Amino acid sequence: MKYMLLIYGPADGDWSDEAMQAEMNDYWAYEKAVADAGVSLGSEALQPVRTATTVAVQADGERVVTDGPFAETREVLGGYYLLDVPDLDAALDWAARCPGSHNGGRIEVRPVLEFEEP
Amino acid sequence: MVFREERGRLLATLVRQFGDLDLAEEVASDAVAAALERWPRDGVPERPAAWLLTTARRRAVDVLRRDRTYATRLAVLQVEADRAGPAHLGEDDDVPDERLRLFFTCCHPALPVEAQTALTLRCLAGLSTPEVARAFLQPTATAAQRIVRAKKKIRAARIPFRVPGAHELPDRLPGVLRVLYLIFTEGYAASSGDALLRTDLADEAIRLTRILRRLLPGQREVAGLLALMLLVDARRTARTDADGELVLLDEQDRSRWDADAIREGRLLVVEALTGSGATGAGPYALQAAIAAVHDEAADVATTDWSQVVALYDVLGRVAPSPLVALNRAVAVAMRDGPAAGLALLDDLSADDRLRHHHLLPAARADLLRRLGRRTEARAAYREALVLVGNEPERRFLLRRLEEVSR
Repeated sequence: MKYMLLIYGPADGDWSDEAMQAEMNDYWAYEKAVADAGVSLGSEALQPVRTATTVAVQADGERVVTDGPFAETREVLGGYYLLDVPDLDAALDWAARCPGSHNGGRIEVRPVLEFEEP
Repeated sequence: MVFREERGRLLATLVRQFGDLDLAEEVASDAVAAALERWPRDGVPERPAAWLLTTARRRAVDVLRRDRTYATRLAVLQVEADRAGPAHLGEDDDVPDERLRLFFTCCHPALPVEAQTALTLRCLAGLSTPEVARAFLQPTATAAQRIVRAKKKIRAARIPFRVPGAHELPDRLPGVLRVLYLIFTEGYAASSGDALLRTDLADEAIRLTRILRRLLPGQREVAGLLALMLLVDARRTARTDADGELVLLDEQDRSRWDADAIREGRLLVVEALTGSGATGAGPYALQAAIAAVHDEAADVATTDWSQVVALYDVLGRVAPSPLVALNRAVAVAMRDGPAAGLALLDDLSADDRLRHHHLLPAARADLLRRLGRRTEARAAYREALVLVGNEPERRFLLRRLEEVSR
């Protein structure tokens, strides 16, 4: 079953170069672990939320484009992993191993909705 | 009632085989209904558990034949489950006890706590949905919705039916114990309503904890929880008088305490505090030890309050909480006098987490009363009365308020 691991972290991270390098190393190790286990269907890190742009099309067809994320929140989406694992416990284990759930971050684990072929 | 024990085991075995709680509940109910109809007529079979299981399985096969997509989905689950370990499809009278996995699924941290409690009562205690609702004084619709949502989440997020591995138990077992303890405390000191006790709930909690202990013999904290329940429940008969009014510890007729329960509880405390294991004494073991100190004393005056305070000191390190601090303050008051306890309670008054509890103002009121500070005691009793949810406790506080108002 497929699960999204949505990584949320503080919006304003005041990270030292050292801390950033350590985090990168942790993520490289994690990437390798999920790849070796054959559970990863994809993952990306997202650029900081200040690079975000939000789009909404209104009922009359007008396109509204605004600077910034859809909501100003203290914690922002930083990246994701899409995993294929047997059950929720396995997904939670992988989420706990991910650097994104450490150092003040949190990971939301959500099952993917599967549709029947039409 | 006769069927309750069998129901739990039957459900657990069916869940194990079919991997679906709804299907398991449906066919388990059908099997029990069939038994209630046939057995008075045809006689009780030699191996009733096996009869129920066979009947339920046949019904399940019928259901799956009629609903292909359901069957396909379950087949997928079954393959995965088999990969995790071979199914224990015991022969006729060898029906293994699969309830342990049901404990851990019902109490999975991915479910909200109220749902964990409702599911545990429903699946392991065999309560009907209205009975579950009554247990926590909710409308039936509320309990029903909680259970439906929980089952939906189990299915949608694929919460597995499995017993956590040994390395996961330290993370998962406390959740199960918490649910059992919640059921017990609700039965022992009902959070609202007319009765102080709902003895059947407390009994149910004890029964389930005994089952858990049988299934997990090596776990000290399960022994600790059972000890705590027995040692507290031992005082049950003395806790209310003939009119259902609350009788405090210092006024209870100790001859009415259940000596057998105390004896068993004390043995369990020893096991819980000293049994083999890497970690030190857990919170339930410590609370049980405190209850044991009370139960061993002839009266409040001769209770070893120093030991009680010492145990609260440890408990405060192992499982700190404002309620622990509050109880410790009360014990300090018994050991060192009301003024000492009051000072500690005043430190707690800033703690937000106690804001909705009547226990803090009630404790303060009691100490103020003992110090003869009647005006302040009256104010504190009034504060407690705003927050108390339980009728017999409310009446008790009213009586105390009256005493300090004369």
